[in-house]
Amino acid sequence: MKRNLGNWFKSGTPWVWLNAAAVSASLIMVVGLLALIAVRGLAHFWPATVYEFEYLQTDGQHQRIIGEISDSEIVTRARIEASGSAEVPGDTPEVERLLIKTGNRDLVGLDFRWLLEPRVLERSMPTDVMAVERYEWGNFYGFLQRVKQEDQVVAEGEAAWQALQDRLARATELQHRIKDIEKGRIGSINYAMEQLRLDRRRLELEGRDTPENLAAIEAEQARLQADYEVLQRELGELYQQLRRDSFTATVMDGREVEVPLAKVVRAYRPNAMSTVDKFGFYFAKLWEFVSDEPREANTEGGIFPAIFGTVMMVMLMSVVVTPFGVVAAVYLREYAKQGPLTRTIRIAVNNLAGVPSIVYGVFGLGFFVYFLGGNIDDLFFPEAQPAPTFGTPGLFWAALTLALLTLPVVIVATEEGLSRIPSAIREGSLALGATKAETLWRTVLPMASPAMMTGLILAVARAAGEVAPLMLVGVVKLAPSLPVDGNPPFVHLERKFMHLGFHIYDVGFQSPNVEAARPLVYATALLLVLVIVVLNLAAIAIRNRLREQFKSFDQG
Amino acid sequence: MMNEQTKTHAIDPGLVVRREALDISREEICLQVQDLDLYYGATQALKKITMSIPRNRVTAYIGPSGCGKSTLLRCFNRMNDLVDGVRVEGSIRLDGEDIYARSTNVADLRRRVGMVFQKPNPFPKSIYENVAYGLRLQGVTSRRTLDEVVEKSLRGAALWDEVKDRMHESAMGLSGGQQQRLVIARAIAIEPEVILLDEPASALDPISTLKIEELIYDLKSKYTIVIVTHNMQQAARVRTILPSCIWAS
Repeated sequence: MKRNLGNWFKSGTPWVWLNAAAVSASLIMVVGLLALIAVRGLAHFWPATVYEFEYLQTDGQHQRIIGEISDSEIVTRARIEASGSAEVPGDTPEVERLLIKTGNRDLVGLDFRWLLEPRVLERSMPTDVMAVERYEWGNFYGFLQRVKQEDQVVAEGEAAWQALQDRLARATELQHRIKDIEKGRIGSINYAMEQLRLDRRRLELEGRDTPENLAAIEAEQARLQADYEVLQRELGELYQQLRRDSFTATVMDGREVEVPLAKVVRAYRPNAMSTVDKFGFYFAKLWEFVSDEPREANTEGGIFPAIFGTVMMVMLMSVVVTPFGVVAAVYLREYAKQGPLTRTIRIAVNNLAGVPSIVYGVFGLGFFVYFLGGNIDDLFFPEAQPAPTFGTPGLFWAALTLALLTLPVVIVATEEGLSRIPSAIREGSLALGATKAETLWRTVLPMASPAMMTGLILAVARAAGEVAPLMLVGVVKLAPSLPVDGNPPFVHLERKFMHLGFHIYDVGFQSPNVEAARPLVYATALLLVLVIVVLNLAAIAIRNRLREQFKSFDQG
Repeated sequence: MMNEQTKTHAIDPGLVVRREALDISREEICLQVQDLDLYYGATQALKKITMSIPRNRVTAYIGPSGCGKSTLLRCFNRMNDLVDGVRVEGSIRLDGEDIYARSTNVADLRRRVGMVFQKPNPFPKSIYENVAYGLRLQGVTSRRTLDEVVEKSLRGAALWDEVKDRMHESAMGLSGGQQQRLVIARAIAIEPEVILLDEPASALDPISTLKIEELIYDLKSKYTIVIVTHNMQQAARVRTILPSCIWAS
């Protein structure tokens, strides 16, 4: 027996099992993590059934409660009774507690409420209950009564639903036009006005504020002002039209409430929807999430600016870090004399990778933002003073800070790649009369490019997930405009931007309505992971192509 | 086998250069080595080498591993410069000019003195680009010139018929013997005066070896060839193919 055990150990089987166990554990963790955030996050967009509860209150009164079940948990009777809130009917030691999203925050103050399952007398799913997503105050739940146009009732009863949908479509169309004017055209005018103000200031500073120059600027300003007034009038009319319609609905406590359609994003009857309808709704919501701007302090709407900001920042970072890291690695490996100094530098570079990221943030703020940015402002943007242009956190500084943070990874990976290139290849090139630089450019660097890509992949993975330093050097909760827009010079690297990682933190911790925003935290986390995966896959695809091209020397 | 004219020079520990069957005084000298000492740091690898290498002949030398054959060969195109701590004393003259002079442009020297290494070392590029590499370095961009030279060089290296239909495939897909001939084609594409071969067939099978040996024989009419080997049989074969060689044992 003892001998068998000995043989078993010698055969290596336990080792294999240990390896398999480690791999399985890793797999389970990855899959579990993704599954958890996917389930929690993606379920949020599904049109949940709206229930009507008949609830026995502590004072013996019956109350009608309408809402979605957003969570449920099992608690011990003792705990509930200890909290002194209510006595619980029945005698089971554990009772179920439901978290109901009742919406209507403007009417009842709280939009979530715990119900004790044993006190629920009746539960039904009325088909005509309506859920309304609003621009303010979160969801609204109620029964549609009338649709009004300028305080005149135009539809009532069953016809009201169709009328509401038609008028809602019109209101949405108007909203789009308003947004187009406000964000697009008036935004451009404001931008141009600001540029003119800066032009004028620059002329004054340079002493070129001749009457002709000033007159030209004033003429341009007058023209923009005229454009602006036209748009303003147009906007006033659109708002007037938007305010035309409203609907009334009864809510759970029996009150009849009037809601202007200008405040409504969409209205739907979840209990009356077929599965196909629900899927349509689901994908519409999902699309809104990835393509729209956030609303209501980031707790609703989409996260497109955050996706855009994250991707743009990572790409900018890659553009900066790759040449920098490669050049540094080439110098260290190919040109620098290998001695104690080079060794020290190499150790220092490796240690840089271990510096906590927030330290980079502080450095970025102190050096890039205040020192470099401040000097750039003094030199190139004196007309904007005292308002900073580059002397304030922004996309460019964030990208530079992260480039610094990921530089060691690229250097180490590139050096590794350079050292793996056989000397026979270099000698072959040199023997043909190539100089060292020509050998590097024509043979060594192309062959080391897969290694550089590996470095870049690691850098992207690290940079995309980094949040702490970004909070110091450019990320904000809500950026009024994207870093890329239609106003020349089209790319505005000095602007602040939104980031998925920070968005998660913001929605999860800084939101006024944490309970309502929680699913969005999961959904945003899932999206962040997806963005990183996509960025990485792109880099890996490029690397594999390069490898294919140079696969060569692995065999030779 | 020693005769009167033979001068012997010890190359540590036992490489002895010996002339035979060729009156060196009647040959035109291409490379003249004079009192060459080479040190790797404190270790002396070559001691007082003096030898003459005649133009358009195959000069072969043979010796045991580690005796300094390759080191000597790599002095002719200053490949040893790449090794840290190498010091060379004495002189090597190529057509009368000292290649270790300060004014020498090493890249130019290597263009005139090509080299083929022990293991085939094609670049991970297409067959075409491998051969065109040296020309591109010299700034040749004309497609026609490149095509012509590539074809001529591959024919010269007896490889054209085998690769003419796959010029743009990776050179790494060739067999070892083909790769070695490709590397020779790459070397002759820039028309050097001298070709140094450092045990060119040691990593190849007998048939490929034979082809390389025949190729070397064919090349001698146009180039001065210096070849190193540690294989007695090969030296013997090379000698039977090349009766006018200088060889060492």
